[in-house]
Order: sequence, then C-alpha cells, then structure tokens
Amino acid sequence: MAEPMKIRATMAGDVADIKVLMNHPMETGQRKDAKTGQLIPAHHITEVSATLNGKTVMEAEWSGAISKNPYLGFKVKGAKAGDKVTVSWKDNKGETNTADAVVA
Amino acid sequence: MNMLRRNILKGASAAGTLAIAAGLFGTGNAFAAYNTAAFGAKSVADALKGMGAATPTDSKDIAIKAPDIAENGAVVPVEVTSKIAGTTSIAILAEKNPNPLVASFKLENGAEPYISTRIKMGQTAMIRAVVTAGGKTYTTAKEVKVTIGGCGG
Repeated sequence: MAEPMKIRATMAGDVADIKVLMNHPMETGQRKDAKTGQLIPAHHITEVSATLNGKTVMEAEWSGAISKNPYLGFKVKGAKAGDKVTVSWKDNKGETNTADAVVA
Repeated sequence: MNMLRRNILKGASAAGTLAIAAGLFGTGNAFAAYNTAAFGAKSVADALKGMGAATPTDSKDIAIKAPDIAENGAVVPVEVTSKIAGTTSIAILAEKNPNPLVASFKLENGAEPYISTRIKMGQTAMIRAVVTAGGKTYTTAKEVKVTIGGCGG
C-alpha cells in the first residue's frame, strides 16, 4: 500500500541536514477528472512527524497544497553521526508510512 | 469541502482505533488534533485566526526563499528560515489558494528554525510565513508569480 520513502541525513558542523522524499499523490480534492468531469476525491498527507533517537524534533500538519511526492527538508542541531532519524506520515484516508535512516 | 472533512474525520477515528498507529507515531496522540479550522479556512484572515495567530507582527528576521517567477505552480520550492530566538513553529500560506494554509511545522528538541519543501500555488500570490516564538507570532511575505497554476487543471 504505502510506497517507500527516501531519507538522507548528513552532518554539516553540529547540525544534521535531513532531507525526505515521500511518495504520495497529494490530491487536493479540487481537481476534476478530465474524462468524467467528476471531482477527484482528496487524498493527501495530513500529518508528518520526525524523531531523532526516539525524541520528536518536528511535527507537521499539511494540506493538499504540498506538491505531489512531497519533499521536506529540516535541520536538527546537536545531532551526531550514527543517530537514528525516523519519519512517519499519515494521510486523510488513514494510511501511514514510516521510514528511518542513520545520520551520516 | 465537506468531503474533505469527512475523510479527515474518518482518518482520525481509524487511527484512534488502531493500536499500531499509536506505536508508529512515538508520541502517541501528537496527531490527534489536525487543525481543521485553520486548514479549511478560505481566507488568510480566517486561517490565521484558526491557527491562533490572528495578528502576527511583521518581522525582517524571517527569510522566505522562493522563486520570483514559478513556471509550474504545481511545484514551487519554498524555504523558510527564522532568525527569531526561540522559534517553535513555522507555517506556510499561499494567500490566493482556495485554502490558504499550506502547512504548519512544530519544531522542538534541537530542530533548527528552518523548513524546506515544495508547494502548489493556484495563481500569482504572496507566500506568507508565520513564525511562533515565545508565544508571539511574527510574519513576512514574498510574492511569487505563477505562469501555470497548480490547482484545478
């Protein structure tokens, strides 16, 4: 069901630069199907959370106005190489996905 | 709009009943309160009100990095950096989108006041960043001209 998610976390000084690429259609619910003229139902990520070694560092709420196959970049101070980054999302249909990566 | 709300409600209750969902999202009920009022708002003022940031102060300490002209409104890269000490959240709004609030990010435990993402814009509009620091809200905006809209289509 859930497509893979890519996470890359690299150290720059004492700050971990974390980049996440998710796979999601991000339908706003406002687009119409070109053939039928029917509205395509909304299907987008609503919540994203990230933890570093189990401690929450970022929690986000999204609308459907985040681009398809979302990209997210954030930075965490005080991280070090070998730390574990976990990113999870949940969409408006209740689907979820989680992936983790090790800070390099 | 009602459809959307239905789906969100459905999603919320499904997550509540699934023990596994609580396990996945370490902090348990961190996701319990999706801000439907703010995300469903159709005007910038209503969205800000929904976020509890009705009258943010203009600040030059927030930087929005986004293209002056976006060729494709479906993918507009946006970077927000706040230099305000004690920044705890960053929200991004596209002022002329049907629902202006695009996303809000809560930052804690060492997360830098920085967010980078890609958003959809229906038409040329101001991108507004709203930063919360020490219980106060600050804002700044930058215009992005869109040649092909990313909503509708």
